[in-house]
Amino acid sequence: MTLEIFRIDDRLVHGQVVVGWGQPCSLGFLVLVDDEVARSEWEKELYRMGVPPEMEIVFDSVESAVARLAGYRADARAGMLLTGDIDTMARLVAAAPDIRTVTVGGVHHKPGRVPRSRYVFLTPAEEARLLELAAGGVTVVAQDVPQAAATPLEVMLRGEGPT
Amino acid sequence: MNEPTRDIIAGHGTYAAGMLSALEQIAGRADRFIAVSNADLEPGAIEALLRATIAAHRSRVIFTDLSAGSCTIAARRIQRDQPGLVLVTGAALPTILSYACGGDLLKSVEQGRTALTVVEGKRDP
Repeated sequence: MTLEIFRIDDRLVHGQVVVGWGQPCSLGFLVLVDDEVARSEWEKELYRMGVPPEMEIVFDSVESAVARLAGYRADARAGMLLTGDIDTMARLVAAAPDIRTVTVGGVHHKPGRVPRSRYVFLTPAEEARLLELAAGGVTVVAQDVPQAAATPLEVMLRGEGPT
Repeated sequence: MNEPTRDIIAGHGTYAAGMLSALEQIAGRADRFIAVSNADLEPGAIEALLRATIAAHRSRVIFTDLSAGSCTIAARRIQRDQPGLVLVTGAALPTILSYACGGDLLKSVEQGRTALTVVEGKRDP
């Protein structure tokens, strides 16, 4: 076991993460990477409240996550790293090129975004960012829950992902 | 005349709508609540929807399904500037039903806890 899943999810800690992935994958820890959350004790407490006692949650900025990534990878427990947006994950990958797979778990509707699947809505800039990740050798897939098949980026961008 | 206040049931999928359906069937009290679903909504939109619903119905209590759910997180954010708002997480039908029928909130929560039981079958001798 190790830090296995690098997930982009605008809801960060929520039911799909804690229960949907947490239980079947026996997740022992979550790494929430968000510069703003990492600076705010109130935000951290908010997300701690949603995590069951058997699961640890740690908070990092992009910078501190890069510094601690090797330690997370060496952890004997299964773990998931979460970012709330594509840009944060892209900055992390740029500084930690050993991240080889990124899962888009949920990027929901906002003005300017167009639907790519039931749970992925993207602006042109966000789409370009994901394509840049893929061009850099990262496998980008869309997958909301472990029981669902992982949809490759190119399939998702054609709008042929899960509906 | 003012519309009566209505509290909120919020959660994943059709959880809240299902609760309303059950409340109506059992006690005819679906009118005490507004159902909110987080389906397809990003966190800011969930919070905005809850804020608008609270304002429109002068809601005092929000019942949510999961303590880790996005509706719970949104409600906690609202409590920051609306400290009078009460949040009940992990809410199942016995709690909401008791509250809908006029029960005290804390007693209704306790009733929900008591109602959660495991009944194992026994083979006939």
